Amino acid sequence: MSLDATPSIARRGLVDRVLRRGPLEAAATTIIAAGVVMLMQPLSLTLYSWSFATTLFGTVMFTIVSKVRE
Amino acid sequence: MNELSASSRITYRAVMVRPGAARRIRGLSDRTLAWLFITPTIVLLLAINIFPLLWTIYLSFTNYRANRANVPTIWLGADWYQSILTDPDIWAAMQVTAHFVIWTVVIETVLGFGLAYLIDKKFRGHGMWTTIILLPMMLSPAVVGNFWTFLYQPQIGLFNYVIAFFTGREASSFQMLGDVTLSPWAIVIVDAWMWTPYVMLICLAGLRSIPDYLYEAAEVDRASKWRQFWSITLPMALPFIMLAVLFRGIENFKMFDMVNLLTGGGPGSTTEVASITLKRAAFESWRTGYSSAFAIILFVTVFGLANIYVKALNKVKSR
Repeated sequence: MSLDATPSIARRGLVDRVLRRGPLEAAATTIIAAGVVMLMQPLSLTLYSWSFATTLFGTVMFTIVSKVRE
Repeated sequence: MNELSASSRITYRAVMVRPGAARRIRGLSDRTLAWLFITPTIVLLLAINIFPLLWTIYLSFTNYRANRANVPTIWLGADWYQSILTDPDIWAAMQVTAHFVIWTVVIETVLGFGLAYLIDKKFRGHGMWTTIILLPMMLSPAVVGNFWTFLYQPQIGLFNYVIAFFTGREASSFQMLGDVTLSPWAIVIVDAWMWTPYVMLICLAGLRSIPDYLYEAAEVDRASKWRQFWSITLPMALPFIMLAVLFRGIENFKMFDMVNLLTGGGPGSTTEVASITLKRAAFESWRTGYSSAFAIILFVTVFGLANIYVKALNKVKSR
């Protein structure tokens, strides 16, 4: 039986880098802000129509990722 | 027994009278006691916060009307949401809200930070001036609404006379609350007058938290006052400014009382912010299901902004 730990370490490193609270919270915050801007902009009715879905997605994402470890 | 205090004696007697009950209370763990104390609060919170929220979410999917409570309700799915999110009138109300929110936040932040910067200089009588500046914030919005309605009167209002004095126009030649162009600015002026002191207070806290040694080091490095402002004052006060911006943004997004008192959404629908539209749908047209869906849309927006606000607050706390 051979033990090769390198791929799993690399995978875990990537996961650790991406699945951290800071960047995920920043992404969720950006989505919420985008949703609010879409809700109140005067340019496109289509953007307005999708604003609620965007804000809701951002808010749910923020609630979930705020439970992720630092 | 003689050396026991009065309260100890009472406790002693209570234990003696009901040993079973006393043992039961003594047997409670810290966790159980904690639950015992917080249960009334949780029940109250569920009754007045969580239940109405869940009930509103349920109603937003139905055709329920509060003035026809006996009519059987029909499940409509997301129809109201689709209707609101494709309605140009609601979209217009959102733009009126955006105008109000953006301008009030910009004016309040600039003036508030400017005032905080001046007050922080500790000139003679700065305490008295701080109190005077804070006065509008302490008034009720109902009082402010009525007060400014009189100030904006074209015939007798002081505001028109001040503008007339500076511009040379006739005082009664314009109506701040009756004009389509001026009325959105009228509510912006009142909100800025009332809430600039609040922003000032938050910015002042930020400015007072900057340690003096940073300025001393900058003086040693011969940094100009302008350079000190851009490199020390503004970056250090920025989290506090951000906090004030978010708080005022959230508050003004929900603004109802002052606008309702000043213009009631008029003339036409030029000052009809989202909360006024919501009130009309809920209590004038009695479209409870529709207004519940609208309320949920506004709630999700405010909740999302509140998340950003809490994040900014934690950043300030960690400093």
